[in-house]
Amino acid sequence: MSSVPIWLIVLIKAVIVLFVVITTFAYAMLFERKVMGWMQLRPGPNRVGPWGLLQPAADAVKMMFKEDLTPDTADPLIYRIAPFISLICAMGVFAIIPFSANPDGTLWSVGNVNAGILFVFALSSIGVYGISLAGWSSGSKFPLLGSVRSTAQMISYELSMSMSVIGVLILAGSTALGDIVNAQLRLWFVIPQIVGFCIYLITAVAETNRAPFDLVEAETELVGGFHTEYSGLRFGLFFIAEYLNMITVSCLATLLFLGGWNSPIPGLPSGGLIGLLWFLIKAALFLFFYIWLRSTLPRFRYDRLMDFGWKVLLPVSTLNLILTAVAVAVWPNHA
Amino acid sequence: MRKNLFNVGALVRGFTTTFSYMFKRMPTVQYPSVKKQHAPRFHGLHELRRYGDGKERCIGCELCAIACPANAITVIGAENSPADRRSPGERFASRYEIDELRCIFCGLCEEACPTDAIVLTPRFEMADYRRGAFVYAKDRLLVPPEAGAGTPPDERPNGIPADLGSVFRTKDTVDIAEGYEATHRGQVLKTQRQGLTLREGRGDVA
Repeated sequence: MSSVPIWLIVLIKAVIVLFVVITTFAYAMLFERKVMGWMQLRPGPNRVGPWGLLQPAADAVKMMFKEDLTPDTADPLIYRIAPFISLICAMGVFAIIPFSANPDGTLWSVGNVNAGILFVFALSSIGVYGISLAGWSSGSKFPLLGSVRSTAQMISYELSMSMSVIGVLILAGSTALGDIVNAQLRLWFVIPQIVGFCIYLITAVAETNRAPFDLVEAETELVGGFHTEYSGLRFGLFFIAEYLNMITVSCLATLLFLGGWNSPIPGLPSGGLIGLLWFLIKAALFLFFYIWLRSTLPRFRYDRLMDFGWKVLLPVSTLNLILTAVAVAVWPNHA
Repeated sequence: MRKNLFNVGALVRGFTTTFSYMFKRMPTVQYPSVKKQHAPRFHGLHELRRYGDGKERCIGCELCAIACPANAITVIGAENSPADRRSPGERFASRYEIDELRCIFCGLCEEACPTDAIVLTPRFEMADYRRGAFVYAKDRLLVPPEAGAGTPPDERPNGIPADLGSVFRTKDTVDIAEGYEATHRGQVLKTQRQGLTLREGRGDVA
C-alpha cells in the first residue's frame, strides 16, 4: 500500500466517484421521468431498451449531436464558461461526501476535509454564479429575469439552510461529515432537529431550483429562464448540474439528519458495503421525495416565495438554532 | 398567505393523491404494438366502393367535390363506352383524386354521394415522407373487385366496439360508450325540435 503514491489513490477514487455519480445522474433522470409518468397515469419512457433503460444513453447522444448556438447579443466568453461553473461546483461537492466507512473509521470518500460542510456550502454558493452568469451573458430578457430571480432566491434560502444545518453542527460538535455521522450512532439528528430537518428539506428544494421553487426556470413565464438560449451539450451541462445538486442535497440530508451509513435498526451491521447500501437507500428516498414533490405541488408565486423565505423560514430556523444552543448548553452530556 | 401555507391537511391530501396514482391502471395504449379498434363510423381514409358485380359505383357526378368544404376532391367524369362499361350509369369517374392533406375528414362527400360510392373507412395510418404521396388517386382509393359491395355507410352499426370501450373503462375516465349515447340522445332531441324523427340504428334523418 505504501508503495502506491497518494495522488494515484486519490485519482483512482476520484475517477470511480465521478463515474458512479454521472451514472446515478443519468438514472435519476430516468427514475424521475418514470415516477412522474406513473403519477400522471402514463408509462413514462419505455421505447429505448427494456423498460426504457437505455433512455439516458439516447438522451446523451441527442444532446451531443445538437447544434451549439451562441446568440449574437451574448457575451461569448462568459456565455461559454457559465455551464462549466455550474457543473464543476456540482461535481466538486462529491469529492468530500463520505458514502460509507470501514469499521476502523476510514471514510469512503475521495478526500476528507475538516470543514466538510462549509466546503459544500461554499461550492454550492459558487454554483449560483453559473446560473447568474448564464442568464446575464445570454443577452436576452427571459434569461436575465431568470438569473435575477435565481440570485434573490439563493440568497433568501441559503441563509435558512445554513441556519438549519448549524443546529446539527452544534449537536455533533464538528463540521467534518464523518464526525457528524458518527455522532448519530445512538440517535439520528432528525429526531432532536425535526424543525431543522423540515427547514432543510424545504430550502434544499429551493437551492436546487426544483419545483415548486423552480421560478428560475419557470417554463410558463420565462421560457426556461437562465437556459433559454442554451442548446446542445451546454444545455446538457446545466441539466447534469441540476440533477447532481439534487443528489448532493439528498446525500447531505442523509449524512446530516438520517445517520448516513448507520443502519436504521441498531442491531444490524452498518459499516462497509452494507453501510453503502443504507446510504444509497436513504438518499434514494430523498430523490423520490423530490420527484413526488414536483408532481404534486404547483409553482410558487414569486412574492410568496420571498415572503415565505424571509418571514417564515428564517425566523423559525433562527429560533430552532437558539433553542438547540440553549439545550446543548444546559444539558451538555446528552448531546 | 397564512391559510394557504399552513393548510397541512390539503398538503397531505395532495401528496396521497399523487402517490396513490402511481398504482392505478394507466389507460395508455402502446400504439404501434397494440392497436385500438376504432368505431365503425370513425372518419378515416376514403375508399371508392363497387357494386356486387364488380362495377364501379361512382358515376362521376362531382357532387362530392362540390360538397367538400376543403376542396380536397377532384373528379373528372367520362362517358361509359358500350365495349367497356365501368359503371352502371352513363358516366364514370375517369379520374378521382383526394388530397388527404387538405381533407378534414368531415364525411360530407359520403353524405353527398347519390350512389354510396365514396365511403370513409376507419383506417387512419397514412403517414409518408413525401407530400405527393398524400394525393390518393383511383389506384389507391378503389377497392378491388373481389371486395364486393361492402356495408352501405348508413347501415354501419352505431356506437363503439366492446374492446375499445374496455381500454378506456377505468374508474376515473368518462365512459366512452356513455358519451356516444349522450350524443345520440342529443341528436334525437335536435331532430325532434326540427319536427323530424331520427331513424334508429341508422344515425341519419328520415
